[in-house]
Amino acid sequence: MSLPAEEIAAIRANIARRKTRDLIFTSIGILCLVIALLTIAALFADMIITGWDRFRPGFFTDFPSRRAAQAGILSAWVGSVAVMGVTAAVAVPLGVAAGIWLEEYAPRHWITDIIEININNLAGVPSIIYGLLALGLFVYTFGLGQSIQTAGLTLALLILPVVIVATREAIRSIPQMIREAAYGLGATKWQTVKDHILPYSLPGILTGIIIGLSRAIGETAPIITIGALTFIAFLPPSPITDTAPFLNFEWLQAPFTVMPIQIFNWTSRPDAAFHQNAAAAGAILVAMTLAMNAIAIWLRYRLRKNIKW
Amino acid sequence: MTGHVSARLARRASRHVKERVIEAILFAAAAISVLVTLGIVYVLLKESLVFFSHVSVIDFLTDTQWTPLFDDAHFGIMVLLSGTAISSLVALLVAIPVGTIIAIYLAEFAAPQVREIAKPILEVLSGIPTVVFGFFALLFVTPLLQWFIPSLPGFSLLSAGIVMGIMIVPIVSSISEDAMRAVPMSLREGSYAMGATRLQTALRVVFPAAISGIAAAYILGIARAVGETMILAIAAGMQPNLVWNPMEPAATITSFIVQVALGDLPHGSVGYNTIFAAGLTLMLFTLVFNLLGFWLQRRYREKY
Repeated sequence: MSLPAEEIAAIRANIARRKTRDLIFTSIGILCLVIALLTIAALFADMIITGWDRFRPGFFTDFPSRRAAQAGILSAWVGSVAVMGVTAAVAVPLGVAAGIWLEEYAPRHWITDIIEININNLAGVPSIIYGLLALGLFVYTFGLGQSIQTAGLTLALLILPVVIVATREAIRSIPQMIREAAYGLGATKWQTVKDHILPYSLPGILTGIIIGLSRAIGETAPIITIGALTFIAFLPPSPITDTAPFLNFEWLQAPFTVMPIQIFNWTSRPDAAFHQNAAAAGAILVAMTLAMNAIAIWLRYRLRKNIKW
Repeated sequence: MTGHVSARLARRASRHVKERVIEAILFAAAAISVLVTLGIVYVLLKESLVFFSHVSVIDFLTDTQWTPLFDDAHFGIMVLLSGTAISSLVALLVAIPVGTIIAIYLAEFAAPQVREIAKPILEVLSGIPTVVFGFFALLFVTPLLQWFIPSLPGFSLLSAGIVMGIMIVPIVSSISEDAMRAVPMSLREGSYAMGATRLQTALRVVFPAAISGIAAAYILGIARAVGETMILAIAAGMQPNLVWNPMEPAATITSFIVQVALGDLPHGSVGYNTIFAAGLTLMLFTLVFNLLGFWLQRRYREKY
């Protein structure tokens, strides 16, 4: 019943060969992961080494300047914060409300199908198209100007699909029994949503909002398209004033610049001294987006760990 | 007694009205997403129609020069499309092999701990702002490539495409990995029982079973490459050249829009309308790719 020795040897050789191929593929797989890792490392190292001389406190408190060594990112980061404020104020209520409607209220209906397909499609529209939308509609039809409100609104529309999808996923993971218990106690649909569904899905929704904002803060193309100026050496008017009503919304109409625009502006200058500024600002921008992503990942991790239905 | 009952009924009725109002508000929020799409279509069509009243569609599709801002204006979209096509091709030559290998490795070979670490890192890669990738392509990757190819110019589709490819790797790898992990374990067990190794199982059983999901990943990657703007605007130069050689600088549809937006074009000029015609072309391409991608993704989901 035993095979001839040469056949056994042949089978062993075959197995060894196939196992070697397995091993080779594993190494290639690890190599590819390492390439991705090295790219991130190289990108970071490049930014920090090139921009090293620019990391000084004044970099954050100085306006852009014709002299590279004295140029700072004050107007850029203030602009980014202001634009993100508008973006969040628009995208969060709209996105969360749309997500709630789609998960909790939407009937099985062709209108629902259209809205779903539409949101999927919007998620794939290139960001520069949103810039054209803003240029044609917000700037020239609605007359909102090349201002903070236009930029904030544009980026809000851009991240709307992200917020909606995150809201829906967070709501979908809440078991049906929670709703049944609320209805059983006589709660209406909105009471159920407001007192149970929303609080329980909050970490998931928050994760989506942060990821959306981290994408918005790095977006350059739509903001260039609406025609944002690149040399801004002043700040928008303060939102808080000394006199009643203490709040001032003039800043919404102010011209502005944001971090990515400032980086693009410095990168596209031929003078290498400005490239150092671009690298330093780039490192700060990447650090900001990474910090936001890290918060989102941490939230998601906590969410998975703590909640067991 | 009746007063008490009717008060309760009144409260119920007002509760009912409130519910209705809230539902209407939530629906309005969802419907706004449709308005966004309609707004995009309206703006692109309106301005493009003005453009095509000056330039014939045939010239737009067949002219081999793109000089919209010169006195001798030519509007051959093929010039911009060639830049878009070549840079996307370079990006895909990087993203598809690397992304697929990473996906197979993570889905079929890697220990769960490796996967837990690798996935967030890949997410980081896709979260880096594209303007930073552009800086990296122009001032790090291009000089690096010039070591190997001394004739490479300072701006080239090649270095922009390579960086774009690395940026797209996470899109390809995460969707492909999901598709492969959705393949039922019984198929793998059958393959192992026949004496196949992990590589044979991955390549001959899991990969073919997940092919429509993987194809969807590739197509979404293509859509992303075609729509990418800042890396190209920074590192590929903005000269409109009809090129088939990635080692040359060229403008793409997206970088042309950026270039025009950076200048001061008066609202209503032909140059202003040009960017909407270019945008419409871009939108049509990404729409086709996205629909194809979602269709493929949905198909494989229904299978298991």
